[in-house]
Amino acid sequence: MAKQASNKVLLDIHRRMVRIRIFEEEAGKLMEAGKIPGALHLYVGQEAVAAGVMTHLTNDDQITSTHRGHGHLIAKGGEFDRMFAELYGRATGYCKGKGGSMHICNMALGMLGANGIVGGGPPIAIGAAFTQKFLKTKHVAVAFFGDGASNEGSFHEAANMAALYKLPAVLVCENNGYGEFTPQRNHQAIVDVADRAAGYGMPGVVVDGMDAMAVYEAAGEAIERARKGAGPTLLECKTYRFYDHVGIRGMGLTYRTDAEVIEWQKRDPIKLFEARLAEQGVLTAKKAEAVHEEVMDQVKAGIAFAEASPFPDASSLLDDVYAN
Amino acid sequence: MGQAQVKAKSEVRKLPYVSAITEGVREVLLEQKTAFVAGEDVGQAGSVYGYYRGLFKEFGGDRVIDTPISEKGIIGLGVGAAATGLRPIVDIMFMDFLGECMDEVANQMAKMRFMFGGSATLPITVLTMAGAGANLAAQHSQSLEAWLAHLPGLKVVMPATPYDVKGLIIAAARDDNPVFVVMNKMSLGIQGDVPEGAYEVPIGVANVVRPGTDYTIVTLGRMLHEALKAAETLKGLGIDAEIIDARSVQPFDTQTVIDSVKKTHRALVVHEAVRFGGFGAEIAAQIQELAFDYLDAPVGRVGAPFSPVPFSPALEKLYVPNAERIVAEARRLIGA
Repeated sequence: MAKQASNKVLLDIHRRMVRIRIFEEEAGKLMEAGKIPGALHLYVGQEAVAAGVMTHLTNDDQITSTHRGHGHLIAKGGEFDRMFAELYGRATGYCKGKGGSMHICNMALGMLGANGIVGGGPPIAIGAAFTQKFLKTKHVAVAFFGDGASNEGSFHEAANMAALYKLPAVLVCENNGYGEFTPQRNHQAIVDVADRAAGYGMPGVVVDGMDAMAVYEAAGEAIERARKGAGPTLLECKTYRFYDHVGIRGMGLTYRTDAEVIEWQKRDPIKLFEARLAEQGVLTAKKAEAVHEEVMDQVKAGIAFAEASPFPDASSLLDDVYAN
Repeated sequence: MGQAQVKAKSEVRKLPYVSAITEGVREVLLEQKTAFVAGEDVGQAGSVYGYYRGLFKEFGGDRVIDTPISEKGIIGLGVGAAATGLRPIVDIMFMDFLGECMDEVANQMAKMRFMFGGSATLPITVLTMAGAGANLAAQHSQSLEAWLAHLPGLKVVMPATPYDVKGLIIAAARDDNPVFVVMNKMSLGIQGDVPEGAYEVPIGVANVVRPGTDYTIVTLGRMLHEALKAAETLKGLGIDAEIIDARSVQPFDTQTVIDSVKKTHRALVVHEAVRFGGFGAEIAAQIQELAFDYLDAPVGRVGAPFSPVPFSPALEKLYVPNAERIVAEARRLIGA
C-alpha cells in the first residue's frame, strides 16, 4: 500500500503543478510573440502526471522525457532562469543554447533530456535503470512517453528488456489521446496502453492522469516495486493536453472538437487538486492564489534572466561535439 | 626475476584477428570495473563468430550480457548506461543491422553530448562486423562506415590487422566518446603479431604500412591486404606504391595522406563499400583541396559497384574490390 501523503507532500505536488502551468503558459505566449524561437510543445493539462510521479524521485533517480518535456524538468527541480534561457537560445541555458525546448535537460537533476524523437526515451531509460542494477543502488529510472510512442518499436524493445532483466524502471505512458494530431482510436486498436504490459510480463496499471493524488499513489507503488528489485511497471495515465500539439491554441482545431476540450477542462488537474486540498483544509483558495502569484513572479524573473542573457558566442559552435 | 616477468607479460605472439578481438575486450573488462559487454549471443555462445568466447565464463553474466534480438534496445541500453556512469561495450552482430537502431545511433548517441551543452558524456564502444565475401548476401555483408562517419559526435575505426583490432578496441573503450569499431568478417582468420597485455592504437592516426615513392594508396579496413598484394604487382611494373591504412575514418588522419601525396603525386583510395558516395569520395576531395598542385594524375577510387552485395559466389567475386582491380585502376589513371 502506498503511504499516506503528508500535507507537506500534498503542497509539494500542488506547487510543482502550478510551476509547470504558469511556466508553460508564459513560454507559449512568448513563442507566439516571436520572442522564443522554434516550436514549443506545451505540457498544460498533463501536470498531474509529472508532479505525481516526480514527487517520489530524488536527483539520483533518472528520467527520460519527450518532446513535451518542460513539465518533466520543472517537476524534477529545473530552475526557471536556466530553462527560459535555453528556450531563448541563450548561453546561460541548461544546454548552453545548443538544445532548446526539445532537448532541454539537466543531468545533475537526473533528467536525461527532452527528446525530439517519439519513442526516443524508453531505451535510454532502460540503460539508466541498468546502471542502477549494475551498481546495486536503490535508484530507479522512469521513462515518460505518450500513447503515440507506445506504437514505436523502441518502446517494445525497451519494455521487453526492462522486464527480462527486472530493471528498476517505471514506464509512464501519458496517454493524452492523440499521437500528434491522430486520435488514439485511429492509431491503435486498444483503449488501454497498459494492456501491453502483459505482453512483456510486467504489471500494467491504468490511472486517472488528471488526478494528481491517484497518479502519486500509483506511481509510489510502481517506484517502490522498482526500488525493491521486483522489476518494472507500465503505468498509464489518462490525460489530455489542453493546447495544440505546438503552441497555445486550444480551440478551433481541425482534429478535435471544442466540446471535447471543454469536457476535459472541467477536469483541470490543478483545479481538481485545489478543490481537494481546500476540502481537506490543507490549502485555502486564498493560499492557493498566493502560490500562483509567487510562481508567476518566479516565472517573470526567469524570463528577465533569459532576456538579459547573451546568445552563445560564435566560438562555441563546435564545442561539445566530442568530449576531449 | 621481476624483469623477466615484465618481459613475459609483453610477449608478442602470432594471433588470428578473432583472438585479438577477444583479448582487447578482455583487457577492457579487466581494467574498467564499470565496463560490460551486451549484445545478441555475446554471452553463453561467445558471439556468432566466437570473438567473446571465454569472457562469459571469466567475467560472469552480470558483465557479459546476452540480450534479446533488439538493436534499438541494445544501443539504447548502452546510451543510457553510458550517460549515467558506466562504460558499455555493445555489439551489433552485423553492421547491416544498424538499420534497426539508426535512431538510437544517429539521433541519441551521436548528438546527446552536443544537444546537452556538454553535460552528458557517452563512453560507449560499439563492436560490429562488416564485409562481403562470405556468401552472406545483401543484408549481412555491407560496409556502411560512411553512414557513421557522416554523423558528428561519433568516432569510427576500421582495424585491418590483429594488432590494430586489439589496440583500437582498448583505445575506443578508454575514449569518452561513442566509438564504432568496424571489423571485417573476412579478416577473422588473418594472423599477425599481437603483444600480450593492454596497449592502445591511437584513434585518428593512419599507418603507413608500406612506404613508397610513386603512388599513394589509402585503404579502409580489410582492403589493406588487397592493396599490399597490389603493391607487389605494381612493383613489378616499376611503380613503388606507398600503402596507408587509414585505420580511423572519423576522425580521419588527413595530414598523413597529404604528406604522402606531396611526395608521390598520385593517389588512389580503396574501400570495400559502394564507391558512389563512399568515404573514398571524402578522402579524394580532401586530397584535391589540400594537394591539388602536387597531383600528376586524377585521384582514383576503387570501391564496390552501385548495387547491393550479390549472393552467388560467382557474382560476389566480381563485386568485392581486390588486388587486381586496384592494380588496374592505378595503371589506368597514370596510363601505365
